Amino acid sequence: MYRIESEDYSIRVEPYYAPQGSEIELFLSAHRNGIPVLLKGPTGCGKTRFMEYMAWKLNLPLVTVACHDDLTASDLVGRYLIVGGETQWVDGPLARAVRVGGICYLDEIVEARKDTTVVIHPLADNRRALPVEKTGELLHAPDSFNLTISYNPGYQSVLKDLKQSTRQRFLSLEFDYPENELEQSILMHEAKVDRETASTLVRFGVMTRNLKGSGLEEGASTRLLVHAAKLIVFGIAPLDACNASITQTLTDDPEILTAIREMASSLF
Amino acid sequence: MRRQLRAVQIEEKLDELLGAVLSSRRTASGLARKLSGLEKEQQEFALHWAGVISRSNSEMAYQFVDHVCDGFRLMDVDDVTKWIIEAMDVYDRQGLYPGSASLREVETYAAKLSQKRHSVPFEDVVGILNKYVKGVSGRDLDIQSDAQAWTDTETIYLPTSFKWFDSEQLNFQLYKATGTFLLAQTRYGTFRVDPNTGVPFVCVAIAQYRDPTRALRIFESVEHMRLLSLMQAELPGLVRQMGELSASADSSLEIDGLSELLEPIRRPDSDVMDSIRILNELYHRNINVPASACYQGIVDLEKIRHVTRKRVDREKEKFRSDLTMLAESLAGPDENNEGEQGKVSVTFAVDEDDAGESEMMLMLDGQPVVLPEDMAQTANSIIQDFGEIPQEYLVPAGDGQYRKDLQADEEPPEEKKNKTEGMFYYDEWDFRRRHYRKNWCELRELDIHPSNEQVVEAILNKYSHLVRDIRKSFEALRGDNKMLRRQTHGDDIDIDAIVESYPDIHEGNEMTDRLFIKSGRLERNLAVVFMVDLSGSTKGWINDAERESLVLLSEALQTLGDRYAIYGFSGMTRKRCELYRIKTFEESYDSTVKARIAGIKPQDYTRMGVIIRHLTRKLIEVDARTRVLITISDGKPDDYDGYRGEYGIEDTRQALMEAKHAGIHPYCITIDSQAHDYLPHMYGHVNYTVVSDVRGLPLKVSDIYRKLTT
Repeated sequence: MYRIESEDYSIRVEPYYAPQGSEIELFLSAHRNGIPVLLKGPTGCGKTRFMEYMAWKLNLPLVTVACHDDLTASDLVGRYLIVGGETQWVDGPLARAVRVGGICYLDEIVEARKDTTVVIHPLADNRRALPVEKTGELLHAPDSFNLTISYNPGYQSVLKDLKQSTRQRFLSLEFDYPENELEQSILMHEAKVDRETASTLVRFGVMTRNLKGSGLEEGASTRLLVHAAKLIVFGIAPLDACNASITQTLTDDPEILTAIREMASSLF
Repeated sequence: MRRQLRAVQIEEKLDELLGAVLSSRRTASGLARKLSGLEKEQQEFALHWAGVISRSNSEMAYQFVDHVCDGFRLMDVDDVTKWIIEAMDVYDRQGLYPGSASLREVETYAAKLSQKRHSVPFEDVVGILNKYVKGVSGRDLDIQSDAQAWTDTETIYLPTSFKWFDSEQLNFQLYKATGTFLLAQTRYGTFRVDPNTGVPFVCVAIAQYRDPTRALRIFESVEHMRLLSLMQAELPGLVRQMGELSASADSSLEIDGLSELLEPIRRPDSDVMDSIRILNELYHRNINVPASACYQGIVDLEKIRHVTRKRVDREKEKFRSDLTMLAESLAGPDENNEGEQGKVSVTFAVDEDDAGESEMMLMLDGQPVVLPEDMAQTANSIIQDFGEIPQEYLVPAGDGQYRKDLQADEEPPEEKKNKTEGMFYYDEWDFRRRHYRKNWCELRELDIHPSNEQVVEAILNKYSHLVRDIRKSFEALRGDNKMLRRQTHGDDIDIDAIVESYPDIHEGNEMTDRLFIKSGRLERNLAVVFMVDLSGSTKGWINDAERESLVLLSEALQTLGDRYAIYGFSGMTRKRCELYRIKTFEESYDSTVKARIAGIKPQDYTRMGVIIRHLTRKLIEVDARTRVLITISDGKPDDYDGYRGEYGIEDTRQALMEAKHAGIHPYCITIDSQAHDYLPHMYGHVNYTVVSDVRGLPLKVSDIYRKLTT
């Protein structure tokens, strides 16, 4: 049967990551001290990339789970499968990460069902253990194990709020869109775009972020800017690139679409 | 293919149609010759209409035939028809002479029509421009329509329509270019104020010349170049578009040694003083002042001087009065140091840290103080005018307006306690004392005077297509699926259940029949209260929009089955806070409720804190997993007796925090475009929405509710 080995989770090439502040040091000391980490920040500002970088730096396997609203506790911990008339236990991603002492990254934890947050509680305090109810096991996490969850405080839904009992177990690292200079160099590095185009794209990003709350739920993320930059480098006209990769992605409202398109045409 | 009619054939027909107005000197042959040049369809069209018109008046028909060829040359068939109809209309109302005149003036008509077709009205673009300006500048600048394009640095005025170009696209671009250019004037300090006089530098400079009109034109032209060069760095695309828009007009200065002279305004740190110096150089030379570009708008020095003056005075007073309050609050809440004013020594400094972020610091009697947000904004605006905070601003003055107002009616509220049935008492937070004022507000629940429920039907009709959409999207929400495991029947096999029952099978025991997964409906355990602002300022549009919002919302919630209540609020002073019952949790959405929604009317003021406290209490009594309190409002908290500014905001914030502690999610929907200044402080950064257009409110409220609860 198909099994994922922990080597498959390791990151061999150094991912590009430009620190925004002291998050690398903070994460390293959290890891050293066995404190779980909560990454806060809007979508596309580098949270996942940060995790890849940290996994590479610590030389640990990284198990990433993108949470969705039907993700249950057993999806994380594991379940029995039937193999040749016998039941056989298969670890879920969380249990696997605990066993091998890697990093488990639960992306967008608030999207998951409520019972999942409960299974991570014992892992996230000084017990550092994962009870596997169905097998009667109690998995103790090795020192190298780290649990990280991410959360976007920009969501307005009242149903998707992280409970205090959960969030108060974590060290919180706040992420935001990088400063203009930094974002510019990220674009130049990621998309190999020239300095001037990068700087214009960053200004465009800032303009769309100004519209947050006045018609847009979120401004353009660094990820979207990178997409646009890549298209431009590929030879697409800047306005078309911005329209396809940023403007149309952000909204469907015709009025805001026009306004954002006009911003782009003012810039390029 | 059909062939055109020949002149002879046409003449025959015309003789028949126009016989009455033809004579030996006025024959149909000339007309027939003209018509013979037209296409077959056009000829038929002309003859058909000649027949129709001649039934009303033969002379009109004659004039029509005489000019129809011009008509076809200038317009298409639809517009020619319009031209005929309009002329006949004139004939019907005003008689033959004006009627035939409007047929003769076909060229004027065609010109007017093409202009009208391509003109872009202000209302069509204001929504887009608002967002555009907000995005580009990061500020909420007001955009209004006026006869001319100009700015007083607080508001951008744009013409009611642009028909400069014969293309809608270009006219829209002109709006954008004009708006951005005026924005650049405020952003790059064209109207910077002289701190010594409180008058913009440019006003003083222009007034010194013998020919101020000429001076202003030169200044505008120089400043135009300065702004373009600054904009080139930030918005190169727009500057290119502006060049295209004004390509026809010659806007270049031509004199010797020009590029040397203009060097200072090409620098990225140029300011308006550079332009004024260049003006001085140019004024005495014999030069032709170039025409201004189409997007430049006008500079109205008188109005600018006036607006600046008023703002400077207002901000000076506000800043000094805020300073008084700040000094008082530092001295301790109970100490009365009104007599000691002026003894406080104040210095002000802007610190710039390594990251280039500046922070404003105030030293009060040697004590460093961080400016409250409200005051920092005033300070920012003052700095934008003057480049600094002038010394005279740093003297506390005024009597800290709230103090006076609040003390005016400081009688013990206990006296009235329990005098009236159905009265509720609530504390109010005084941010300066950092304490509650006990039983400070008296609140009464009132019934709204019901009006005709037909109004609701009318609203439903008006939005009938929308109501359908809303129902559909909310139905989808209700059907939000959840996997139910271990069911006796369902759409899929529950592998976990089977695995667990495997040992039973092996041991020969009876296997459970709960082996299926079924998708069931998610229980929405939600209670929501809507509190609707019925203050006087909601009169007119806003009140209508609120009413429409409530109707659409009720439709939506009815579909969804969420428990909800609607209350209106208003009042005047702390002794008369009023809560209007529109729909309680117990009531169903029936004709009584509809009549109440129809009957909502603007009342007095908005004292929000006490209302939030009362509704919090109501919400807690409801058994629900999630409780939401949604405010629909049009402005800051504001009441007659000093409940405004920071005091009102802080009390409201406090009330909201109490609500949050009680497990309630507060949310605010507002149409106040200034709301970004204070709502984040009150509700938190993600718990509000600003709807920029009142007309969009009814649609938005349901939409926001849907997003909020999924």
